[in-house]
Amino acid sequence: MDISKLTIDGIRSGLKARTFSAREVCEAALAFAQAENPKTNAYLYFSSERALAAADAVDANIAAGGEPGPLGGVPVAVKDVIVTKGVRTTCGSRMLERYVPPYDATAVTRLEAAGAVIIGKANCDEFAMGSSNENSAFGPVRNPADLERVPGGSSGGSAAVVAQGTAVVSLGSDTGGSIRQPASFCGVVGVTPTYGRVSRYGLVAFASSLDHIGPFARNVRDSAALLAAIAGRDEMDATSAFAPVPNYEEAMTGDVRGLKIGLPKEYFTGLASETGDLIMRGVEALKKRGCEVKEVSLPSTEWAISCYYIICTAEASSNLARYDGVRYTMRSADSPTLSAMYRNTRGDGFGAECKRRIMLGTYVLSHGYYDAYYLKAQRVRTLIARDFQKAFGEVDALVTPVSPFPAFKLGEKLDDPLAMYLSDIYTITGDLAGIPCMSVPCGSTAAGLPVGMQILTNHFQEATMFRLAEAFERNGGINAA
Amino acid sequence: MKITEEQVRYVADLANLRLTPDEVSRMARDMESILGHIDKLNELDTAGVPAMAQVLFDADETATLRADAERNVLPNEIALANAPQGGGGFFKVPKVIER
Repeated sequence: MDISKLTIDGIRSGLKARTFSAREVCEAALAFAQAENPKTNAYLYFSSERALAAADAVDANIAAGGEPGPLGGVPVAVKDVIVTKGVRTTCGSRMLERYVPPYDATAVTRLEAAGAVIIGKANCDEFAMGSSNENSAFGPVRNPADLERVPGGSSGGSAAVVAQGTAVVSLGSDTGGSIRQPASFCGVVGVTPTYGRVSRYGLVAFASSLDHIGPFARNVRDSAALLAAIAGRDEMDATSAFAPVPNYEEAMTGDVRGLKIGLPKEYFTGLASETGDLIMRGVEALKKRGCEVKEVSLPSTEWAISCYYIICTAEASSNLARYDGVRYTMRSADSPTLSAMYRNTRGDGFGAECKRRIMLGTYVLSHGYYDAYYLKAQRVRTLIARDFQKAFGEVDALVTPVSPFPAFKLGEKLDDPLAMYLSDIYTITGDLAGIPCMSVPCGSTAAGLPVGMQILTNHFQEATMFRLAEAFERNGGINAA
Repeated sequence: MKITEEQVRYVADLANLRLTPDEVSRMARDMESILGHIDKLNELDTAGVPAMAQVLFDADETATLRADAERNVLPNEIALANAPQGGGGFFKVPKVIER
């Protein structure tokens, strides 16, 4: 059994044929992950006890003549911004270094109900704020494709464990690209579903109108199976969608003839690079499968970064107000008054990027600036969403790059926060519009760095997105004959 | 747009965030550069465009309401387990009166 090559289907058939037990898979995955982790720092800690108990439950069920479950025995890593009962959840922050949640996120409950085995918590940028995973208080994650480079962020650990093979699939979260960008940097599949498709109950809030939970996997089928297991209405999250979850498996027929694909011209101007060339080879491959390709326009794209960094910082400054030294484990010593306790605890507990976003968010919401910033940004957000609605009147899906460049070196962009923010240009628009989008591997640069192709579809059209991505993958990606 | 250290200290005060003198000067630089970029939004005419108040909601307005019935809640001791300082079933904090 080679843990690093296992798929969901492979594990299910192995369990049914009694080639191995869920406990054997779990023990092998834990041993492999613990041995490999010093290279990447992708796991913050392992939940061995809970994992083995879950694996034993799967084995007991099979022994009693039951089915393994859709994710039976599958070793999963969970980003450390998603709470796990009894298993430390730090959000990559000193502030929550000792926080042990008293409950499970709905996504976690559903994973285990489907038979999955959660083996550990994945490193990430502090409170999911960052594009490189360098903002973790517990050290950066290194990219398995090149250990001198970042894995992307903020779900850098979730992407790296899947690329490294130390988990079969993982959960991440996406607010402005935090699933798709690390997926593209690490050469794996990463999916941001429709806003509300997956319950956020138990996802530590960063920017509530933008936050999503979504899957990472080494192939499109596994990502779809993981999404199917966690999607659907949850009464614990009032923003979760009522729409029924379609059968993604059935949608992946390999047949994409006649699908209309739009290339938004704003995403390709100035992209004279290896990344641009690889994406165009991907588009050519889709044409060969019978897709119709046309240029479309999303004219409000140039305002998206400004719009996003107003809304996300405003919401973050509000959401992070709860870390005040009263409830969540950390309180700074020498704080004789309530006010000093707030200030000192927050000053000591938050890292530089969190402080920057709290400050920007507080500024744009402060007296006299609300209309000029927050309200303006919400109007621009409407324009961005309208652009997409118009485009989806003409095409079934949009294809774009995920990032303007592949994985960069550790430290390369740390001193220039604006440059880091600007690199999110292709991913934040999907979050602002609330539409599903994903990154699917689209070849590598001459230096061997993976590049991801982004596919976006209209609200709740994940099935079309998976169909396209799976057909692309099945036929050899950019090397399609 | 110029962001002064005085403005930074004012905003930090609103956010209940203690910043060191070094952090204040760095923050002034960073905020100036980021807000300088963000200010370009003012070039865009959004007259008549409604502000997005809800991203997406696919059901009746009352769909998320449930019966007002008692349900299991976290027991007091578990809810307090992560408190830096608890006691007597409460979160303990320093004196509230003095600032």
